[in-house]
Amino acid sequence: MNTRQETSVAAPRRAVMVQIDGDEVKVPEGSTILDACTAHGTAVPTLCYGETIDPVNACRLCVVEVENNRVLVPSCSRKVEPGMVVKTDTARTRHSRKMVLELLGSSVDLSTAPRVGEWMQQYGADPTRYGVGATVAQPVKIDNELYVRDYAKCILCYKCVDACGTEWQNTFAIAVSGRGFDVRISTEFDVELPESACVYCGNCIAVCPTGALMFTTEYDMRSAGTWDESVQQQTDTVCPYCGVGCNLTLHTQDNTIVKVTSPFDRSLTSGNLCIKGRFGFQHVQSRGDTVR
Amino acid sequence: MDLRFPQAEPTLSEVQALDVVLAPSTVAEGWQRQHGGAHRARELRHLLLPSLHALQARVGWISPGGLGELCRRLDVPPAEAYGVATFYAMFITEQRPTRVVHVCADLVCHTRGAGALLDAVEAEFGAPDQACDQAGVGTAFWKPSPCLGLCERAPAALIVEAGDPAHEAVISMATVADISVAVRQGTHAVAAEAPPEAAVPQTVSPFGAGTTPELVLLARVGKVDPLSLDDFRAHGGYLALRAAVAMGPTAVIREVTDSQLVGRGGAAFPAGRKWQAVAGQPARPHYLVCNADESEPGTFKDRVILEGDPYSVIEAMTIAGYATGCELGFVYIRGEYPRALSHLQIAIDAARHRGFLGPDVMGLGFAFDIQVVRGAGAYICGEETAIFASIEGYRGEPRSKPPYPVEVGLFGKPTLVNNVETLVNVLPIMLRGGPAFAAIGTTGSSGTKLFCVSGSVKTAGVYEVPFGATLRELLDMAGGVPAGRSLRAVLLGGAAGSFVRADEIDVALTFEGVRAAGTTLGSGVVLALDDSVDLPTFLRRIAAFFRDESCGQCVPCRVGTVRQEEALVRLTVGSRQAHDIQLLRDVGEVMRDASICGFGQSAWNAIESAIDRLGALT
Ligand SMILES: Cc1cc2nc3c(=O)[nH]c(=O)nc-3n(C[C@H](O)[C@H](O)[C@H](O)COP(=O)(O)O)c2cc1C
Ligand code: SF4
Ligand code: SF4
Ligand code: SF4
Ligand code: FES
Ligand code: FES
Repeated sequence: MNTRQETSVAAPRRAVMVQIDGDEVKVPEGSTILDACTAHGTAVPTLCYGETIDPVNACRLCVVEVENNRVLVPSCSRKVEPGMVVKTDTARTRHSRKMVLELLGSSVDLSTAPRVGEWMQQYGADPTRYGVGATVAQPVKIDNELYVRDYAKCILCYKCVDACGTEWQNTFAIAVSGRGFDVRISTEFDVELPESACVYCGNCIAVCPTGALMFTTEYDMRSAGTWDESVQQQTDTVCPYCGVGCNLTLHTQDNTIVKVTSPFDRSLTSGNLCIKGRFGFQHVQSRGDTVR
Repeated sequence: MDLRFPQAEPTLSEVQALDVVLAPSTVAEGWQRQHGGAHRARELRHLLLPSLHALQARVGWISPGGLGELCRRLDVPPAEAYGVATFYAMFITEQRPTRVVHVCADLVCHTRGAGALLDAVEAEFGAPDQACDQAGVGTAFWKPSPCLGLCERAPAALIVEAGDPAHEAVISMATVADISVAVRQGTHAVAAEAPPEAAVPQTVSPFGAGTTPELVLLARVGKVDPLSLDDFRAHGGYLALRAAVAMGPTAVIREVTDSQLVGRGGAAFPAGRKWQAVAGQPARPHYLVCNADESEPGTFKDRVILEGDPYSVIEAMTIAGYATGCELGFVYIRGEYPRALSHLQIAIDAARHRGFLGPDVMGLGFAFDIQVVRGAGAYICGEETAIFASIEGYRGEPRSKPPYPVEVGLFGKPTLVNNVETLVNVLPIMLRGGPAFAAIGTTGSSGTKLFCVSGSVKTAGVYEVPFGATLRELLDMAGGVPAGRSLRAVLLGGAAGSFVRADEIDVALTFEGVRAAGTTLGSGVVLALDDSVDLPTFLRRIAAFFRDESCGQCVPCRVGTVRQEEALVRLTVGSRQAHDIQLLRDVGEVMRDASICGFGQSAWNAIESAIDRLGALT
């Protein structure tokens, strides 16, 4: 299990004073710079950071300037130290964030990644100025009936791998393979999911920040042009399938369940479910069989 | 863990290959220490890299059956093992012919005709990475390779033949005919390699007007039988260890501190401070890692020491382990160094057999042993945190610092990481004393330095000089630029270094000297380029190196190195200049400022200096 809950029930932590953009901010020892920014009310964009996953600090969107550090520092993972002087909005941080967005935008399909468009505008990112360059474009992987994997949208945040592996699921169906620009999220020898160890818990889908991993229901509706979040409703309930009683959020459109999530902030599940909670709605709606 | 493994069955050869690495005793030992499944898996995970090597060496690729068997025996998830295998260039996950010829396409070889060589090889044998059917040699394939660390005899090639046993050989000053013979006939047809000291011109004849400096670090190279422990001892071997034990660990660290020795692996960090920091850590055990990954293009100094005087590395590591409280040291040696690996392994086995390694070193009352870990074709694994991941059986991805290795290093324990050359400096420090060592060289740079001089010089090789010599003096020692050519520029420090102009070669090759001149010593690369070099193509090769070797973890480097190379290609074709130079600067700045590790942070250095100092691409 994750150690996060242990820390939250441990003895109260000492407070650390840090400076964020000129203001003194008091946060518990062991907090990250991002925690301190949040406490201060300073927005810092993040992509690979996940509230239920240990940070891998791979995207570098959240970088900030810390006094006496030669290079920029990832705020999502760097722990605060007493007296740390942090600047979140400088020419250097703005340049790096703009470039991270441009580099991603020029190589990855970010069309279903929430908030990215807004940040692109905010930082003046122009992914088109790279001309025709290499991208991660590739065919969508549709190899089971429950969810699709569109790695043309993958920013390699490692979150799905960590959710499937050590952090939550302990199934290890997927991992990072290859090197450099050829890095891909993959099963062993890229076998299809039904041949892999995948148990269709969908916990990878829950943490994916770009829509690269998507419920088949959502994928099909988007393809048909009928997906419309503005008319969807969210209903909180408890999973009926077993005695654990995981919290479910049912997303419905036109009285049909189109997707199931679970709140990240519940200590019982932290957003994780099993195949029954995640995809059982298809039985409820008699939409056919689940796994092959 | 309750893992699911692939259905494919291993072949008998694959099972046997794994039996050698995972000998029943090894696994039994793992079982004894186990406290549950996950724990056992962690105990065995470091055997993943050697197991992949065993499969690759025996059958020439990592098959689904072989990988599945490996995963069952080590309790490693197949997806993860596949992720590790695909990280390394030497491991192949599609069936290929068992014989592969790696033809160096990197910087130094490029200045020595590798471009034409590669073209000719392609013309004769067809495209890389596929069986040479075109030439009727279905049992072999070839591929272009990053620097093989054989730059003094560029252009170079390495041939690897899977089997029982596997064979490896290097080809020096390769011609198309040499490559052709290697592809068609294999390792046994390749000419024998020159002895290690052939790479050290100073051992052969004096250079300069009778001013050959005394060799300190290379004193034994060419003078001793590198495989003989007795010969090593007859030439002063193990006197430094005796001196160290006589003074005790605290005094050893004080001498190293007083010597003002700084790391030779590129970062120039004070060695004494690092040793002190590790020695003072309460957590146990402590580990020592000798960094012999040496993959910076143009670097081959550590190879010469490992091949020509391997016991000196063992003795130096023993002293470091004694002083900092490590009972186990690892040598992480790059996968493309067959002779260095074999010399080192023979020396370690002999030292252990004779009691110079083991539970009671030389009867002096302390334990120290050394394990060799062979890399598998990934430059990034030379980065100190990536080394840990690689040894532990994970993808060789660097991690953010802090925490620093001296606190949280190999297997999460306090770890001393030092370069081969840094470590062997400890021998003269023990014998002469720290202050006397500090008196060699300049005030800011103590001791002697190994420089890897290559490219457009008469006699390429490793040169040892006291700090203070100028670049001009060093080039003169190497015989200068061949007649009829003139010097255009010198690349200092390798692909991650920077260029100096021909009119700047009076710079003193000291840490303070190069810093003042806005350049770097890096790993000691001195690559001379003459007026015949096609600079834009050379820069493209630098960019290609960074694109190929990025671990791919962070966005600035993973995508930035690709965009950098694309812009350079466009600039070489000749259009959109101003736009692309600005693009290079923008990409360079984010790589330098926001990448996780020193790789991305330095991926634009050389190209920037070519634009700003040499006026290239404008
Ligand atoms: C991308 C990269 C590659 C490196 N490769 C090597 C190497 O091959 N050998 C080496 O000794 N140090 C290498 N280093 C430096 C190591 O991280 C580390 O600083 C060094 O091994 C410490 O030893 P030293 O203090 O004795 O120099 C590399 C660093 C980076 C960022
Ligand atoms: S659905 Fe669950 S088991 Fe399958 S890959 Fe995603 S996290 Fe792993
Ligand atoms: S598939 Fe989604 S969660 Fe997984 S690495 Fe890619 S972007 Fe991240
Ligand atoms: S800078 Fe490059 S090599 Fe280093 S961690 Fe990032 S992607 Fe990997
Ligand atoms: S959010 Fe911090 S590095 Fe990605
Ligand atoms: S061996 Fe070819 S560049 Fe070093």
